[in-house]
Amino acid sequence: MSLAKPAMRGLLGKRLRFHLPIAFALSLVAAAAFKYGVTEPRKQAYADFYKQYDTTKEFNNMRDAGVFESVRTTGE
Amino acid sequence: MLHLTTGRVGCLLSKQAVVALTGSGARMSSHGHHEVSDSVDMSQPMYWDRLDTPLPDRPWKDVLDSTDKSLKQKEKGPWTALSKEEKIALYRLKFNHTYPEMKRPSHEWKTVIGGMFIFFGITGLVVFWQGHYVYPPQPPTFDEEWQAKQLQRMLDMRTNPIEGLSSQWDYKNKQWK
Repeated sequence: MSLAKPAMRGLLGKRLRFHLPIAFALSLVAAAAFKYGVTEPRKQAYADFYKQYDTTKEFNNMRDAGVFESVRTTGE
Repeated sequence: MLHLTTGRVGCLLSKQAVVALTGSGARMSSHGHHEVSDSVDMSQPMYWDRLDTPLPDRPWKDVLDSTDKSLKQKEKGPWTALSKEEKIALYRLKFNHTYPEMKRPSHEWKTVIGGMFIFFGITGLVVFWQGHYVYPPQPPTFDEEWQAKQLQRMLDMRTNPIEGLSSQWDYKNKQWK
């Protein structure tokens, strides 16, 4: 029984030609997924938060709760 | 020679590893290198069954009887003249185990898992004893009341109000969202 001679050379090159484009594409997908899944929503969350952020109101709330050491609660 | 010692040593651990290390000493096969002591003569060519190094320094059977010798003579001629059984016999002269035989599954995993769990258990007992006899008294910061006051303070100072802790608290209704 005579078998075909197996491939003896270029094995790494063949593997790289197959796997590198896939690896590159998957890395891009991972980066895009992180950008649009995590960073963009986070940026939006911060923007929305500060859109209706009333600094004075929040300050007074915190002051009344008694967390400050330099400012006394209102009414003292 | 090495039958009893390797059998005893290898009973709990992998027999394969022990046999590989001690060569073919424990096996019931004929070989021309007679070890008088219980150790392998490493200055002589050795036989091994290894998946990663397929061709050992010497064939499995060194000492051939007359049938083996005649077969080896026949091997010197055209191999198409050999029958299937003769080819297999020649293989068995040269090698002890085939690759599937080398890779045969064993019951070793049960010993490994069992030993693992035994040591987990012993460690658990040690940890329990330690918690009772070694650890100092717990700091007050672990009390339920303290932890509640701590959480209230964190909410009061609005820690992580955008995506973190305080963002999950409903300040109007004083409850979690």
